[in-house]
Amino acid sequence: MRTAWIALGLASVFVATFALAQGAADKRRSGYQDMGEALQKMQDDDTANPGMLFVQLGEQLFGRPAGAANKSCADCHGAGSMKGVAARYPAIPKDADKPVDLEGRINLCRTANQRAEPLAPESRDLLSLEAYVAFQSRGQPIAPPSDPRLAPFRAQGAEIYRRRQGQLNLSCAICHDDNAGKKLAGVTIPQAHPTGYPIYRLEWQALGSLKRRLRNCLIGLRAEAYAYDAPEYVALELYLMDRAKGMLLEAPGVRP
Amino acid sequence: MTNVLINAPKTARPGEIVEIKALILHPMETGFRPGTNGRIIPRNIIERFTATWNGAEIFRMEMSPAIAANPFVSFFAVATESGTIGLRWTGDQGFLVEEQVAIAVG
Repeated sequence: MRTAWIALGLASVFVATFALAQGAADKRRSGYQDMGEALQKMQDDDTANPGMLFVQLGEQLFGRPAGAANKSCADCHGAGSMKGVAARYPAIPKDADKPVDLEGRINLCRTANQRAEPLAPESRDLLSLEAYVAFQSRGQPIAPPSDPRLAPFRAQGAEIYRRRQGQLNLSCAICHDDNAGKKLAGVTIPQAHPTGYPIYRLEWQALGSLKRRLRNCLIGLRAEAYAYDAPEYVALELYLMDRAKGMLLEAPGVRP
Repeated sequence: MTNVLINAPKTARPGEIVEIKALILHPMETGFRPGTNGRIIPRNIIERFTATWNGAEIFRMEMSPAIAANPFVSFFAVATESGTIGLRWTGDQGFLVEEQVAIAVG
């Protein structure tokens, strides 16, 4: 009798864990699933998605020589060879000890290999190159690298994500974990998975990076946004990419 | 620099109604916004979009400052004969972009 109870107990624990694991996997939603049908169609149609204009620009920039080395990106990487790259950034580049995000990596390549001026943050050229690279990973699962050196930075990102900030004294987690799916002024609060970056946000009427989105949220909290080159963004991006591990990239995304 | 995305069918049956969609990269600066230096950013919009089928105008549109950046235009036409569809955007500061796509009717 007693063994039967234990067996039943174990079985229910197993079922509960399984359901939890399943539930956790099912509960993650890309912002894409929470927007209207018209916007979803806009994103899916490559001739209606304004992000594709920038992918096109990025493709041209990729093949154009720049800097004192007079080399183009394509001279080293070959056109269309960046599949899966966006799915694993931020990462620690060779011979470095700090992680960089995709934009940081592009600028690193520019300064070190092309010997050109780094592109300004949120400039059209930088976003276009990023869009072109990210577009090649469309449909690929987000795959953060298992590099153990990333762990402290990821932990820092998680800490920032849970830290209360700004005059509203809110953390990222309060909205995007605890209250995701509910409404904030008529808008569904998304779970904040970085699946579509760089995104074409209709409110911006332009392409923007995850950094710009994070700054937006910080300003919304009435916190002081970090400077564009702050390591806090990379830490947050690392944490968010890890949180969205396995979700499919949809760059360039369209968002309201 | 290519900065236009056009979506038009390559073939059509005679008399078929076809949809032509065009997206163009343009800031559509309204002329009402002050820049970071406090001065008004001069207006820079696309004023006019026209489409032709073998040279004959089939669609015309006047744009205004209230239209968002990177305007997307979609319109319909009846396919009558094979040839080229010409798209033309003109606007402030000498803006001019012309694109052509071929369509086979038969």
